[in-house]
Amino acid sequence: MSPSSSKVTLAKALNSGLRKAMESDDKVVIMGEDVGRLGGVFRITDGLQKDFGEDRVIDTPLAESGILGTAVGLAIRGYRPVCEIQFDGFVYPAYDQIVSQVAKMHFRTQGKVRMPIVIRIPFGGGIGAVEHHSESPEAQFAHTPGLKVVACSNPVDGYWMIQQAIASDDPVVFLEPKRQYHSDKAELDETATPLPLFASRVVRPGTDLTLVSYGPRVKTCLAAAEAAAQEGRSVEVVDLRTLSPLDMGPVLESVRRTGRAVVVHEAHVNLGMGAEVAARVTEQCFYSLEAPVLRVGGFDTPYPPARIEEEWLPDLDRVLDAVDRTFDF
Amino acid sequence: MSPDPGSDFGPDLVEVFGPSQQDGGPHLVQLLTPEGERAEHPEFSFVPPDGQDEVETIRGFYRDMVLTRRIDTESTALQRHGELGIWAQLLGQEAAQVGSGRALRPQDYVFPTYREHGVAWCRGVDPLRLLGLFRGVDQGSWDPREHNFGNYTIVIGAQTLHAAGYAMGVQRDGAVGTGDPERDTAVVAYFGDGASSQGDVNESFVFAASYNAPVVFFCQNNQWAISEPIERQSRIPLYQRALGFGFPGVRVDGNDVLACYAVTQAALNRAREGSGPTFVEAYTYRMGAHTTTDDPTRYRMSADVEHWKLKDPIARVEVYLKRNGLADQDFFDGVAEEANALGAHLREGCAALPDPSPLSVFDQVYAEQTDELAGQRDGFAAYLESFEGEGAHA
Repeated sequence: MSPSSSKVTLAKALNSGLRKAMESDDKVVIMGEDVGRLGGVFRITDGLQKDFGEDRVIDTPLAESGILGTAVGLAIRGYRPVCEIQFDGFVYPAYDQIVSQVAKMHFRTQGKVRMPIVIRIPFGGGIGAVEHHSESPEAQFAHTPGLKVVACSNPVDGYWMIQQAIASDDPVVFLEPKRQYHSDKAELDETATPLPLFASRVVRPGTDLTLVSYGPRVKTCLAAAEAAAQEGRSVEVVDLRTLSPLDMGPVLESVRRTGRAVVVHEAHVNLGMGAEVAARVTEQCFYSLEAPVLRVGGFDTPYPPARIEEEWLPDLDRVLDAVDRTFDF
Repeated sequence: MSPDPGSDFGPDLVEVFGPSQQDGGPHLVQLLTPEGERAEHPEFSFVPPDGQDEVETIRGFYRDMVLTRRIDTESTALQRHGELGIWAQLLGQEAAQVGSGRALRPQDYVFPTYREHGVAWCRGVDPLRLLGLFRGVDQGSWDPREHNFGNYTIVIGAQTLHAAGYAMGVQRDGAVGTGDPERDTAVVAYFGDGASSQGDVNESFVFAASYNAPVVFFCQNNQWAISEPIERQSRIPLYQRALGFGFPGVRVDGNDVLACYAVTQAALNRAREGSGPTFVEAYTYRMGAHTTTDDPTRYRMSADVEHWKLKDPIARVEVYLKRNGLADQDFFDGVAEEANALGAHLREGCAALPDPSPLSVFDQVYAEQTDELAGQRDGFAAYLESFEGEGAHA
């Protein structure tokens, strides 16, 4: 292990990334509910207010539209606000400000006013929470022109992507797989050269089928690929990382080789990211496909009570089931 | 709009808020009566900007209001002629907008609704640039940074949060309470009586109060939110709501340009010196329709409109200037000529506004263009080119 390298959790990696961004640009401010003294309910902003002061790590009143609306004003004044939405299901009060103001300001002003705002949202399920704490609203933001939407799936990406998102002059919805915050550790080399923010990546090579995912289900897909390998199938896994814009290059290149694709996410399947990926693969890899692109995701119901959430979520077995089905064609 | 009397629970609202709010109620700040008489107020007085002559300033207000009204009537006519898709009228609100707009300093920042044409005028925005939005050639083409006048916001009340946030930025820049008149900065959020019901407006009050942000909430209560009267939005006078959020509220005669100037100036000074937000309710009346698509005869009495005609913001200044010999006929003729020239500028300029290229829609979605959009643009360009020679999409 080199001196610049250490094993960190996703929570720690994001915390370090935020700290780096604040050190390198004094216009970066963090704002949200409980982000200051408490360090956020998930401790992602732990210690930042102590080191950067209350003017840069702002505990806000409990009003999500207020957080995003004032972030717009701060951005107009030249700041780079990083807003924390405490849980995915609480982003909706801010939906109007995000969709009608944050997303459209640059277009409305013909580029005269920029919105370098990051909207951090812990997303996805698996923490045994009550209602509104386990949702996956990414498609609603990816559907909105003017926003960019990314999702990290591991500590190393979390560290780099949060810094890149803050450096972006466009608004970025930044999705963090909350169930992984404090679970797995990964080796982080802070001297490495990161992949660009808006790029997807093959995280496991394979030849027979392509699994496409992002956020918390990348881990599921990697496990599924491992299991499939034991059955003699070579499964490639692509981590999309960026949902808007989509970086389809690695996906298309992969599917042209494998001829089969399954898209996996926790969000509802209907009109989800999988629908868009499937459409684009079909449009651009039609003659390479051996089977229709399948989607595995949350069912088209509200998120279930916690005791049945693991059955509702697309787990390893449901992914493998979809893999099997593509080979029936 | 009397609150419920006779409840045993809590204070008697009639006792708290007074028996009647007709014509603004007993707390209305007025410095020039509808009859053109100067009036005294214990807290507020009209003091022209530093070093400026009082009469010259009032004559300037008159000119601003006449020209603002001309922008409005000319644009309404342009809509009737089919040159604009829609126009949001401000008739009757000239004093509220000019009085508050002229109290601003260059470094102050304005967050307007879509009806602040008079404030735009005060901020030096060419009114032709307002028309682009209503004609449908752009979304407002003035540069907010050049005028410290934000883009028109169409979602009701959303801009009040932007104002609170901008004011939080002003605080972080140390541009409050320094005592330097060229540095200390105030922010103004314009909105209407209808917007006072919006969550965003109430949240902006909470944020501004919590951080003691240098923002003035300037509400033009023109009595109507399209067809809904003020009674549908509030059971108490709007300015009284401010106290519940923890900052002062003042109701000013919105048709009195001197009072609007004086009250706004005081509120801006409070903000600049670091004393926090103020709510100003400019009590006025929407003499026209909500927009050119609206028909107020369906929901309000013409007698009310007649009543408010007697309170016209421009007529009272004209009477005051004439009766006191502060302006001669040449002055009034000169302003009328200017208004005619402005009308011609708008008519000719509006017709000459070029339609944007269909391909321009892709250009400013992002600061950093995406490959996806660049690809869509190229595809659309090729599609349009395929019609060349047919004349269909030239």
